[in-house]
Amino acid sequence: MVENRPVLKILTHVVLIAGIVFLCFPVWMALVASTHPGEALARSPIPMWFGDQGVENYTQLLTGGVPATGGVPVALMMWNSLIMAVGITVGKIAISLMSAYAIVYFRFPFRMVFFWLIFITLMLPVEVRILPTYDVVAQLGMLNSQTGLILPLIASATATFLFRQFFLTVPDELVEAARIDRAGPLRFFWDILLPLSKTNIAALFIILFIYGWNQYLWPFLITTDQDLYTIVMGIQRMVNVGEGLPIWHLTMGTAILAMIPPVIVVIAMQRLFVKGLVESEK
Amino acid sequence: MKRVVFRSWWLPYLLVAPQIAVTLIFFIWPAYQALESSLYIEDAFGFSRNFVWFENFRQLFDDPGYLRSFRTTLIFGLSVTFLSMSMALVLAVAANRVIRSATTYRTFLIWPYAVAPALAGVLWFFMMNPTLGIVAYWLEAGFGYDWNHYTSGNEALIMVTIAAAWKQISYNFLFFLAGLQSIPKSLIEAATIDAASPARRFWTIVFPLLSPTTFFLLVVNLVYAFFDTFAIIHATTSGGPADATSILVYRVYSTGFVGQDYGSSAAQSVILMALVITMTVIQFRFVERRVNY
Repeated sequence: MVENRPVLKILTHVVLIAGIVFLCFPVWMALVASTHPGEALARSPIPMWFGDQGVENYTQLLTGGVPATGGVPVALMMWNSLIMAVGITVGKIAISLMSAYAIVYFRFPFRMVFFWLIFITLMLPVEVRILPTYDVVAQLGMLNSQTGLILPLIASATATFLFRQFFLTVPDELVEAARIDRAGPLRFFWDILLPLSKTNIAALFIILFIYGWNQYLWPFLITTDQDLYTIVMGIQRMVNVGEGLPIWHLTMGTAILAMIPPVIVVIAMQRLFVKGLVESEK
Repeated sequence: MKRVVFRSWWLPYLLVAPQIAVTLIFFIWPAYQALESSLYIEDAFGFSRNFVWFENFRQLFDDPGYLRSFRTTLIFGLSVTFLSMSMALVLAVAANRVIRSATTYRTFLIWPYAVAPALAGVLWFFMMNPTLGIVAYWLEAGFGYDWNHYTSGNEALIMVTIAAAWKQISYNFLFFLAGLQSIPKSLIEAATIDAASPARRFWTIVFPLLSPTTFFLLVVNLVYAFFDTFAIIHATTSGGPADATSILVYRVYSTGFVGQDYGSSAAQSVILMALVITMTVIQFRFVERRVNY
């Protein structure tokens, strides 16, 4: 900063550390709880430091699940979440790239109609039109299927706009050069535009992966088949075990496992993540 | 606009086809269905339905439960927005001052973005559990306060508000930090030479320059609190106790899937769609203007 004020400097660090403690504390409690046997969490105050059952608890979760809630192994739920997240991400990026390319690089009848149709999806979150969307998926026979989990969530106005914005900044000379070299539209797309969009695609990948992994309502409604449970939605069944009390040590272990993949993605790819987030929301 | 374009009468249609197909089948068609069924009353078994004009809407606005849910949503949305934005602003201002170890701080502050709302809910549900939650224990031991969100509607609402705000801080933090970093250093330096104190500099220079970011975040946070918090409510309080945490988007679900009242659920969908459209339009008009700066 521009001047030297020791008190202000100390205050700054105090504020930051307090903020971090507030943000990390719930995860700390969950992590601690997941290493104790169930009985240790039956009376207040609960322990603030690790127990010795960590390995057993996580092994049981990953391979056997929680018996009271059907005993679906958490490893299977994580695998389902991964398929859903990657499916949504790849699907969204692919169809957004294609439609943005068509809208920017071609002049064709109804171009603006298509543009507005895509724009409208921005205004219709799935929570709002939940019943009719469920009906459509049911009529198409997609309940309890990976397709039903992925396909309805694949349209993305934001991604299309982001790519459109980016394509508009690509110099026209590149297209001219490509045409002189007798490259067709598909060749230009594949050999020139796609490599140029690499950073954008990667940044978007991170954000969409998190979006897909964290889906809750949709998998909750359309999968009744245990083999298709995703982890974020599976945890709901552990918290609401009817009349009984939640099995807290295992529930918290599942919560930790559910947040590891997206958190790692954000931390490991910080720069790209920030770029993607700040740009896609503009 | 591009000067140079490719010519092909079929390729562009092929390229937009998948996006348009998904949009029509899973967005436009269901939205139309919602509009249509909001004008009908269907019997519980789906055998017959009657066209009733705006009867569903009229019943909604006569229903004190629905009106209370509007109020709950508003209180919840404004509290979440205020809490998460003010804390994020304080943290962003602090992080912007630190030169050394700035990346370390940032890393520790942004990760909650990746936590699913449902998980944020479950974490706080555990911490505030009346019998064994650590926060409930502290309240009891420190202040003699008997916390119980299973019986107190206000406490349940406070719990979901904290969980929702907790998750959103990192998002707001990133945007505030980006906004702060784009403010020219020379302005701050000039004010410092004029002997303006840090607090004064913040209120007269920094904060006004942050106002576009603040407004943008205001809209985004309200949309988040109104719609994306469904998972927090559903995974923890299920709208209870006594509907105290039943926000509008939760009601669409509970009326339709639990109560099987399709007409009313559809009418609620339509009202919510109008709400999202309004907010999106505000956001876009504003973003348009900001681009022209």
